[in-house]
Amino acid sequence: MRLWQIAVATALPLCASLWGSLAQADADVGIVRLTPDQYQRAIHDIFGPNVQVGDNQVEPGVREDGLLAVGNRKLTVGSTELERDETLAREIAAQVVDPNRRATLLECQPKSARGPDDACAARFLARAGRLLFRRPLSAVELQRYVATQDRLAQQRQSFYAGLAAALAQMLITPDFLFRVEISNPDPTQPHTLQLDGYSRATRLSFFLWNSAPDGELLDAVQSGRLMSPRGLQQQVDRLLSSPRLADGMRAFFIDMLGFGGLDQDPGFDTLSIDTNLYPNFTPNVRADAQEQTLRTIVDQLLNHNADYRDLFVSRDTFLTPTLAALYGVPLPRAQELGGAVPWVPYRFAPDAPYVGLLSQVSFLALHSHPGRSSPTRRGKALREVFLCEKVPPPPGNVDFSLVQNTSDPRYKTVRQRLTVHRSAPMCAGCHKITDPIGLAFENFDTAGEYRSTENGAPIDASGELNGQSFDGVGQLAEIIRDDPATTSCLINRVYAFGTERQPTPQEHAWLTSLQAELSKDGVRWRELVRRVTLNPDFYTLPMSSAPLSTAVVH
Amino acid sequence: MNAIRKLNRRQLMRGMLGGSAVTVALPLLECFLNDNGSAYAATGAALPPCFGTWFFGLGLTPGHWVPKETGNRYTLPEHLGALAPVQAKFNLFSGMQVFLDGKANQNHYSGAQCQMTGMVTRTGSEYSISFDQLIADAIGQRCRFRSLEVDCSGDRKATWSARGSNGMNPSEISPLALYMRIFGPEFRDPNAANFVPDPDVMLRHSVLSGVTDQRQDWMRRISATDRTRLDEYFSSVRDLEQKLGVELQKPSPLPACSVPRQPVRAVSENLGPLVEQTESTNRLFAQLLAHALSCGQTQVFNVTMANSFSPLRKAGETTGYHQLTHEEPIDAQLGYQPKCKWLAEQHMRFLRDFLQTLDSIKEGDGTLLDRTVVFGFTDHGEARLHSMKNYPIFTAGSGGGRMRTGYHLAAQGDAVTRVGLTIMQALAIPSSGSWGTETNHVTRPFSEVLV
Repeated sequence: MRLWQIAVATALPLCASLWGSLAQADADVGIVRLTPDQYQRAIHDIFGPNVQVGDNQVEPGVREDGLLAVGNRKLTVGSTELERDETLAREIAAQVVDPNRRATLLECQPKSARGPDDACAARFLARAGRLLFRRPLSAVELQRYVATQDRLAQQRQSFYAGLAAALAQMLITPDFLFRVEISNPDPTQPHTLQLDGYSRATRLSFFLWNSAPDGELLDAVQSGRLMSPRGLQQQVDRLLSSPRLADGMRAFFIDMLGFGGLDQDPGFDTLSIDTNLYPNFTPNVRADAQEQTLRTIVDQLLNHNADYRDLFVSRDTFLTPTLAALYGVPLPRAQELGGAVPWVPYRFAPDAPYVGLLSQVSFLALHSHPGRSSPTRRGKALREVFLCEKVPPPPGNVDFSLVQNTSDPRYKTVRQRLTVHRSAPMCAGCHKITDPIGLAFENFDTAGEYRSTENGAPIDASGELNGQSFDGVGQLAEIIRDDPATTSCLINRVYAFGTERQPTPQEHAWLTSLQAELSKDGVRWRELVRRVTLNPDFYTLPMSSAPLSTAVVH
Repeated sequence: MNAIRKLNRRQLMRGMLGGSAVTVALPLLECFLNDNGSAYAATGAALPPCFGTWFFGLGLTPGHWVPKETGNRYTLPEHLGALAPVQAKFNLFSGMQVFLDGKANQNHYSGAQCQMTGMVTRTGSEYSISFDQLIADAIGQRCRFRSLEVDCSGDRKATWSARGSNGMNPSEISPLALYMRIFGPEFRDPNAANFVPDPDVMLRHSVLSGVTDQRQDWMRRISATDRTRLDEYFSSVRDLEQKLGVELQKPSPLPACSVPRQPVRAVSENLGPLVEQTESTNRLFAQLLAHALSCGQTQVFNVTMANSFSPLRKAGETTGYHQLTHEEPIDAQLGYQPKCKWLAEQHMRFLRDFLQTLDSIKEGDGTLLDRTVVFGFTDHGEARLHSMKNYPIFTAGSGGGRMRTGYHLAAQGDAVTRVGLTIMQALAIPSSGSWGTETNHVTRPFSEVLV
């Protein structure tokens, strides 16, 4: 036995049995693809934030039940992506073994830089592999990567070339590109699978941090502590107290808010608002608008431990000069405030029209037409994104021309035109759902800028939701804040995001009771995700391979 | 047979790496050969066929695109006037429909899905293998790129190509990025005098083989639910192995092959759905794809003008194409939606640009377009009404003399899948005796255009 084999055999007594245990007939092995963001975060966490990760766009996601995370279970790695992944893997590996980095990232020096060194390679590959695969490598696996190093180091007469090849190989295996979920039948529940320790750690870490488990979390699995309620609680509390909690929260809200696209509404990557018509909607606005919303949410929910529901009525936010121009407010320059970033905390005046998430550009512009506002799209998005309702698609054979003929002197405002449209019986059903609340946003044009008239006629932003009447987005926001559906929607989405599936009926019941408690005590992020991640069902999968959910309607 | 050959190739590669010889003769790739195994350049013999799809959203103007006559002596309607210069090289199919078989019409989805996959699914989150990939399985396996997908509006998600039911093939949106992918440092000019295999490519090939070696182990362990997804992943690994394998061989000369100019960044990155942007991007992609085909880099491609809720827009207009189809009044005197008609005609102009670019590359007595079949399709017969009837469908090029062109064929409510079937039979794709499911299942190709 070679030296490194002895080292591995003694240091990692559990790993040899890891894959061996899969031979059990009832063990279930599933895969879920890493998102581009998760890929990048994992690399930065393992090899340092200075390692460049190139653009790694992946195939279009599938949104199911309001979340790309749920549709993620359907995706594989196609040829185009694998081609890209292989390039990324080589670029990353080259950086890791770069002369400037190898001293810090590699724990040993080879006997000779001009040939293989299996022992040194094994030490590095065992440690990096454990973090990349989120579990220790078995002896057989490790030997495989060490052998790659050996063969290619000999051929290229370079230890580092061989080591980089072995690392690149790890980075394109299913073990890294997918999160592997290993589960066994749950002895306490029929038709249910329970994740094993490493799969639990992976789910927990990607949910809370949007990144791979760190060494300490893996240690907790290896020692068996994570499987005990107390051990789990310790790790959950540790993860919750980290600033990286913001990363997981951002990933969730990017998905829930549809920043990547929602049915036929574009995402920010393809949003096309005409700059000729809306000069303040400069290209920077797209990035800034998303960041404004995310920054506001993180600040409120994490830094101030605020109630999620208050996001709808809060006047506190962050702005850049670009956004300030769009919102029509003066903004002190960030540099003058001594800030390193162009973001400045800003509180809208009590009489300003901007209140809460729903009056932010990220919502208003994302659910508009390129050159016109759309009460229908905004109303539909409000229902679907924040209240988890489903608005049916329009039927065929509809004549929309009356709605949109903006030159018809009889119907100057969108409200007037939509009222005519709603008089058609086949349209009335759905437009009654979307338009009366969408019209609340009519004081904001396509780009999100305030206006008080349209075509010279004053805008009427009144309406009603669930029997409560309102005038303007400020009053609508209060109704949304107090609507129990707002809380239940968030809780259900959070749970589905973390498990990447729809809750089972049993889980629904649990979520309902959680909703009752949180509604009373405050819907606070840390408490919500703590309760979710301490729930044993969070680490389960239904055994059936039947589809779990209903689907997107185009 | 293929599997054995691949395995042998892989083992050979590994042998090459293990040893010192870099001049080992490998089995030549079919991409560069005709049926006799002689080089194209030497004989001028038939080059292999190519296939591509070209998608434009929202159809054409009802009542204005169907020619009065059928056959190959029809008068091109004014609405299709842009296509006049290439009329002899394409076929136009009218009167075809998509059968929903009681399933909900997923607007702007079901129609294109049916034409590409032969089926209509219950929901809009389901999809299955598209026929460009069936064709790639048969003819595209020996090139660097199994297939190439591009979108002309800056939307990576705009694609109708899928290897299976586990996600779509994403579109490349930047012409410059596509150029680098095809003609960057890894490109080996088939007409170059010297060829030395790149040791870096050999190393990468060896690394990938190590991943492929894990396949059996993985497939034994993976749950039934995730098996096809993992299988597709390993197919992707094999595709890349194949690509690198091609790069390690001296290609046969292809006289028509030349490297196009690298797109200028400022032009290449001006992406978006405006008419001018789409037009420019379509032209750039047409150039790159044409050169990729003529240089034997791929035989299959997929182009979309945009997603099917087409955001195509004239600069200064407040409303995009999709919205206009539903909202623009039908002009009482003209009898159509004038802005929509204009936008549809822009699509026809773009199609002409694309076909002319392929046609401008001369290969022996013919052109690149002549040995290609391009399938032009759309999502609705009449977008305004989400109609599933009277789809305008095009095929262009003869696939190397395998299809007749210049025809207008008027079907009587037949399933749209007949066109895909015809193309697959023309290209002699295995198991293409029938195609499609339920009422969209067809067995009868358009024999009028089959040679």
